[in-house]
Amino acid sequence: MSESSAPRVAAAREAPSPSAPRAPGYNFAYLDEQTKRMIRRAILKAIAIPGYQTPFASREMPMPYGWGTGGVQVTAAVLGEDDVLKVIDQGSDDTTNAVSIRKFFERTAGVRTTTRTDEATIIQTRHRIPEAPLKEGQIIVFQVPIPEPLRFLEPRETETRKMHALEEYGLMHVKLYEDISRHGHIATTYAYPVRVDDRYLMDPSPTPKFDNPKMNHSPALQLFGAGREKRIYAVPPYTEVVSLDFEDHPFSADAPNEPCALCGARGVYLDEILLDDKGGRMFACSDTDFCESNRAATTEPRS
Amino acid sequence: MSEAEAPLLVAENLGKDYGARIGCRGVSFELHEGEALAVVGESGSGKTTLLQLLSGEFAPTTGKVSYRLRDGDLRSLADLGEAERRFLMRTDWGFVRQDAREGLRMTVSAGANVGERLMGIGARHYGRIRATALEWLDRVEIEPERIDDAPASYSGGMRQRLQLARNLVTSPRLVFMDEPTGGLDVSVQARLLDLLRGLIADLKLAIVIVTHDLSVARLLSHRIMVMRRGRVIETGLTDQVLDDPREEYTQLLVSSVLQA
Repeated sequence: MSESSAPRVAAAREAPSPSAPRAPGYNFAYLDEQTKRMIRRAILKAIAIPGYQTPFASREMPMPYGWGTGGVQVTAAVLGEDDVLKVIDQGSDDTTNAVSIRKFFERTAGVRTTTRTDEATIIQTRHRIPEAPLKEGQIIVFQVPIPEPLRFLEPRETETRKMHALEEYGLMHVKLYEDISRHGHIATTYAYPVRVDDRYLMDPSPTPKFDNPKMNHSPALQLFGAGREKRIYAVPPYTEVVSLDFEDHPFSADAPNEPCALCGARGVYLDEILLDDKGGRMFACSDTDFCESNRAATTEPRS
Repeated sequence: MSEAEAPLLVAENLGKDYGARIGCRGVSFELHEGEALAVVGESGSGKTTLLQLLSGEFAPTTGKVSYRLRDGDLRSLADLGEAERRFLMRTDWGFVRQDAREGLRMTVSAGANVGERLMGIGARHYGRIRATALEWLDRVEIEPERIDDAPASYSGGMRQRLQLARNLVTSPRLVFMDEPTGGLDVSVQARLLDLLRGLIADLKLAIVIVTHDLSVARLLSHRIMVMRRGRVIETGLTDQVLDDPREEYTQLLVSSVLQA
């Protein structure tokens, strides 16, 4: 994908950070070319079978498991020299994980980076899908800790593979049944299981279920990388993604009622921010770029 | 032969070797709808191996097992695809294990345990699944308020009854039972047997029950097979075999039952 002629996002209004000089001694995007080819083959297979967990020979990365080693490998494999990279962690561009992964690719690939969703060609994310709608030609890369949605109910890998092969997905509803019988509603709020293209059951990584509807028929390519578990899966653009539910307990994305305390946006995913130790708190957009753009638009209108 | 007379399950010359050791050898029989067959014998006589062959859990070394599907076709298990076999296992068949922990999901509630098969065949209405689960808990004499408890908090007898409910919820025609009363005390056993006998008669279940307890066999089964060292040494009507055993080994088995 790096050298491909995939349609790129239109020229940015504000130039993203100029491409930094690549640090000497590294191959482009850290991984060697053979490794990247191996990962691309896994990605192509994953795209061909939407939602299927494709095994790949995950490499040791210079960061601990659980920090996005899978996502970083996928990003490294699809990254090209003229790509513009955005990295978010819980919707935020400036938390530790996001900053260090962004710096990692600035150093090892010398690519341009941005915090603006509409300028990015590749967005690596942990947990969130940006509020601004994604476009054709964009790739969103998810960091996945546990790719197998059935794992907590069926610990045997041999058995879960068989269940995927034979489309035996009743067990997933057992989990949702348990939720309702315990809490009166489906209490799964993140890693909410989905069915992709009416075939494979998929764990959308720990994204909040609020973002599940954004996956359905998304114009962007969605790639999922699990480094420790050595799996890659994908949702190609414009693919049906349905959240599982019961007829009498339908799926709901549960948008918060309150507006963002900073930009006033409604119907967006909010973070709770503690302000003091006397119970003071506020709710603000978890997507920092979206929030900042909104605030900028109200003070000085942008073109 | 009309459908009613056609056998439900046919075993032909079934055998299974574990390397040089014999699991079981040359077992043949027919089982009809609504019929209860007991397999008795001492530990290591091949009873459980036979059950695993019949239920398709293991592939036999020799012989074959055929089952009459709901469409009336008698099909060899070996010819069924794995998907079909697994589908059969969770719809038209049941398997009650000696150790309830193998037959139940211990970490999810009783209701979900009973509902799992329904959800497995596509039930997607929570209210109806729960209503069916309640109905079945009632039939196996488990209080409705225990529906949201995990079977880990159940007594041994309750676990076995829950296993029954979990298996019977899809109205199977054939249920395999491996020592269902093993490890239960006598009064709990009696209650379970009583319940089982009622369900078998009501639902016209065919069962294959493996047990070392001759009184269980007498109470539940119509026919009996006595196994020793992997071979069937005597078969017949249960009462006939137990009242008037022909083989020396069977005589020994019958006479070694303690009279209370």
